[in-house]
Amino acid sequence: MPTHTRFFQDRPYWISLLVLCGLLLVIFPLVFDLFRLNLIGKYLTYAFVAVGLVLCWGYGGILSLGQGVFFGLGGYLMAMFLKLEASDVITTAKQNTPGIPDFMDWNQLTALPWFWQPFYSLTFTLLSIPIVPVLVATLIGLAMFKRRVGGVYFAIITQALAAILSILIIGQQGLCGGINGITDLRTLKGWDINTDSAKYIFYFLNVALLVGVLIFSKFLLESKLGRLLVAIRDKEDRVRFSGYDVAHFKVFIFALAALFSALGGAMFTLQVGFISPSFVGIVPSIEMVIFCAVGGRFSLIGAVYGALLVNFAKTFLSESFPALWLYFIGALFMAVVLVFPNGLAGLVAQWEERGDWKAWLRRWGMKPRSVEASS
Amino acid sequence: MESLVATLGHETAERGGVVMNNVVLYVEGLTVTFDGFKAVDSLNFYVDKNELRVVIGPNGAGKTTLLDLICGKTKASSGSIRFKERELTSMTEHDIVRAGVGRKFQTPSIYENLTVYQNLELSCSQNRGVLGALFRPLSPDYERRIEEVATQIGLASQLYEVAGLLSHGQKQWLEIGMLLIQDPELLLLDEPVAGMSPREREQTAALLKQIAANRSMIVIEHDMQFVEDIAHRVTVLHQGKILSEGVMGTVKNDPRVVEVYLGH
Repeated sequence: MPTHTRFFQDRPYWISLLVLCGLLLVIFPLVFDLFRLNLIGKYLTYAFVAVGLVLCWGYGGILSLGQGVFFGLGGYLMAMFLKLEASDVITTAKQNTPGIPDFMDWNQLTALPWFWQPFYSLTFTLLSIPIVPVLVATLIGLAMFKRRVGGVYFAIITQALAAILSILIIGQQGLCGGINGITDLRTLKGWDINTDSAKYIFYFLNVALLVGVLIFSKFLLESKLGRLLVAIRDKEDRVRFSGYDVAHFKVFIFALAALFSALGGAMFTLQVGFISPSFVGIVPSIEMVIFCAVGGRFSLIGAVYGALLVNFAKTFLSESFPALWLYFIGALFMAVVLVFPNGLAGLVAQWEERGDWKAWLRRWGMKPRSVEASS
Repeated sequence: MESLVATLGHETAERGGVVMNNVVLYVEGLTVTFDGFKAVDSLNFYVDKNELRVVIGPNGAGKTTLLDLICGKTKASSGSIRFKERELTSMTEHDIVRAGVGRKFQTPSIYENLTVYQNLELSCSQNRGVLGALFRPLSPDYERRIEEVATQIGLASQLYEVAGLLSHGQKQWLEIGMLLIQDPELLLLDEPVAGMSPREREQTAALLKQIAANRSMIVIEHDMQFVEDIAHRVTVLHQGKILSEGVMGTVKNDPRVVEVYLGH
């Protein structure tokens, strides 16, 4: 069975993707007001990270506890452009040095640092959002995987990277905005990004990008590369002694997950209107792994639901019982590990296998299709 | 001692060789040390083209280590391994495989979560790069080859079954099949019949003989009946050195071999 004919054979996947599209593109915009829809848009930016983790961790067996690094890179690169546009000479006339971002002025900088200069260009910014994170991930990946560093050690190193980047950003207040992050973003090429219409446009752009990522990921998993990832996860030596340079594949999938995270980060900045180190460090990075684990680390679509549900819960709990959130996410993580290791997707699969859904359909007067016919 | 071993190797190569003066694998002065312990000690070892060599010896003699050294899993402390005029000791594992050396591990090393077909597919030498694996479909030649090999290893009817559900013997055959698809010129097999029933052993012996027709093989084995059945020549390792080498009849009656390995 050649790869290309198999691409659309996994009917349940494409049906779940259609259902997801219906939910995100029709039901949510109709049911929720713009404030809530914008929040959902924010949750969906984490889904990019979670989908990347399904490929990298679920299938490739590479657990990264530092995806916040790439999410943050994407977010910061986007924010740098928007911040420069918001810091024109007229708006910042009251500053000691007009024409530079406000936080630089507060920190006694008198000129724009060299690495900020290219971010006057939108083209440069849009190119840098995928390229920089992929480069960083490739370098880390080459350094680690060529030396055969893997498993827990790799996870710890990525966690350290998340800590390093967030500390660096916080420490370099004048260069990257410090703990407050880059705030007060206004326009994109003169177009106000805080209007209602802009928020709708970003929401739909975000969903479209996410669906693109889901389609590409499915294509990848159905290709030989997808099967190689599973093979590397389960029997790395056998793959190596079948003539593959295992490190290349690991670097590739790690860099791809970084790319997805960066896309999410850039969409985050556009929709939320700021970026800060609190989306870069260890805690957000681990939360992103939990989104993926709750959805099911072997399920691309599950990861999206994981990101949505955990963040719904986070918002609800932080609004109503702010102190409970951390206990909740801790308990959730333990529940995933102990009770449903394959996440929500695993629960759904179990439910389908047991045939409960047939009984459920009959109760509603529908005639169930047979499982054989659908798969 | 070293020269003695060397002459012994050459002498037996002439005595029992199936195809003479056509050596594909030269192992010379090979030593590997683990924390001061010499697992393989200045070993000289030659394998001819199309030869089926069996390596026997007591536990800890260095048999598996020798295979690990040839396929690059373990790095040699000193010495050289030349295969078709290429020095293997400085090459990476995947380059050694691409040079034509295949390795079967002792416990069946297959991808349990993938189907038999997918296991064989991943062993094809086509599309070994990242982009090829992502974008290029398997060529029809290889699809045919997968079916051929599946028939050869007796798994044609289980092509689309998950490999984890196969019996132990079938898993061993599957791994042999995965190596066959690579079509290596030198095949290293570590105890291919361990844990198999007598009937499976017979089938494996027949399979190995069939495979051996156009390639060199080094097989580690303990089952003397099986060794006698398949070996062209036998090398006995003891404490990282060659104790005896030659056709089965000669080796079996060598008093030193009887002393350390076969028992009286």
